[in-house]
Amino acid sequence: MGFKSYCFKKSLWVFHFGGASCNNCDIEILDCLTPRHDLERFGILLVGSIRHADVLLVNGSINTHDKERLIEVYNQAPKPVLVVAIGACGCTGGLFAESITFAGPVDKIIPVDAYIPGCPPKPEAIIAGIVKLVQKA
Amino acid sequence: MAADIFYFLVFPGLLFSAVIGGFLSWFDRKLTARVQFRKGPPLLQPFYDFFKLLLVKETILPKHGSPMIFLLAPVFSVFGATMAAVFILLPLFNIGTGFKGDLLVIFYLLTIPSFSYIIGSLASGNPLAAVGGSREMKLIISYELTFLLVIAGIIMKGGQQFDLYGIIQTQQAVSPFIGSVSGVLLFIVGVFCVQAKLALVPFDMPEAEAEITEGIFIEYSGAPYGLIKLTKYIMLFILPSLLAALLLGGFRLTGTGILWSILKLIGIVLLLTLIRNTNPRIKIKQAVNFFMIWMNMIAVVAIILIAFGY
Repeated sequence: MGFKSYCFKKSLWVFHFGGASCNNCDIEILDCLTPRHDLERFGILLVGSIRHADVLLVNGSINTHDKERLIEVYNQAPKPVLVVAIGACGCTGGLFAESITFAGPVDKIIPVDAYIPGCPPKPEAIIAGIVKLVQKA
Repeated sequence: MAADIFYFLVFPGLLFSAVIGGFLSWFDRKLTARVQFRKGPPLLQPFYDFFKLLLVKETILPKHGSPMIFLLAPVFSVFGATMAAVFILLPLFNIGTGFKGDLLVIFYLLTIPSFSYIIGSLASGNPLAAVGGSREMKLIISYELTFLLVIAGIIMKGGQQFDLYGIIQTQQAVSPFIGSVSGVLLFIVGVFCVQAKLALVPFDMPEAEAEITEGIFIEYSGAPYGLIKLTKYIMLFILPSLLAALLLGGFRLTGTGILWSILKLIGIVLLLTLIRNTNPRIKIKQAVNFFMIWMNMIAVVAIILIAFGY
């Protein structure tokens, strides 16, 4: 394991993209940063600008409007960037998979590195997913 | 010549102040985490962040902007911070420069990072960065006069000495300036000026991450953002050291003096972090009022007290 990839693993900054979400996954993501779960002990920070991000968290079903914006946000991120699909809607489409405005799950639009299923996933599940992502990166 | 390059690049300059500043930045984040009952990041976290930004990440240039100035601004900010570090730390480590009047040079060098942030943000062509840049300008206008009044008070108190080395020697010969009423007032004003210069929370409107998503740094990615982080680490070290030199009697590098020096530095950073953790972000208008009316008033009162010998 090289020095570069070690530094990258130790300091993952997260940018949060919410699609057409019901906001449950958003709340659970924010729970990960609260005192009880505290992701900062792994060096994970929530950043406000996509230019600073190393991880793109995508949750919610991606509809035809969100699709263009998701592609644009992905192109604006400095590479290397990891993409995590959170929740049933992000991973497969979930409840909205048959919907008329549904534009495909996240991995049909941009490459995805980790999937965290659940509706919504518990913070513990999100942390387990992040740990697997760090081991893979 | 070789000694000057060594001063600039290694010992009080770039390498030394960046390493100490990185540890102080960890201390700041860890303390913030402890205040919020969290565990906080590991010891080397600031260095992981810096090397990740410098070595791993791609640098993206803005489409509607001036790429040359956009890339040069972080270099200027590191240069300004490092020059200020050399001028502040050489007298603090008891190496006389023989330069009478370096206090004014330090005052100007300390504004270079803020100015380069403004130039870089305006060169990026992003509207949110422009908002951040204009807020940073207003912030500079509000705190610079106050900071100059603090320095003027120190110069009067030290018997019209304009060099930092002389001021430290005067304090070590008699007693630190903070041991008087005017010294305490100047210290209060100085701490708030340092807080605004570091853009820590009550005064972090230029980079408010909730409203204008990092503001002045919104377009920076990769190595230039790493250099900005480096500037922030250096500033977090040298501004508390400057305050320690001006009011707390500087560092004494013999015996238990080393412990006292570290405690002075850590104490000032602790104060800054606690102010940052117990206050909400204020509006730019409130910041201008706070410095222009209240802090200036306290500084002027302190100067009047000094004139009467308190």
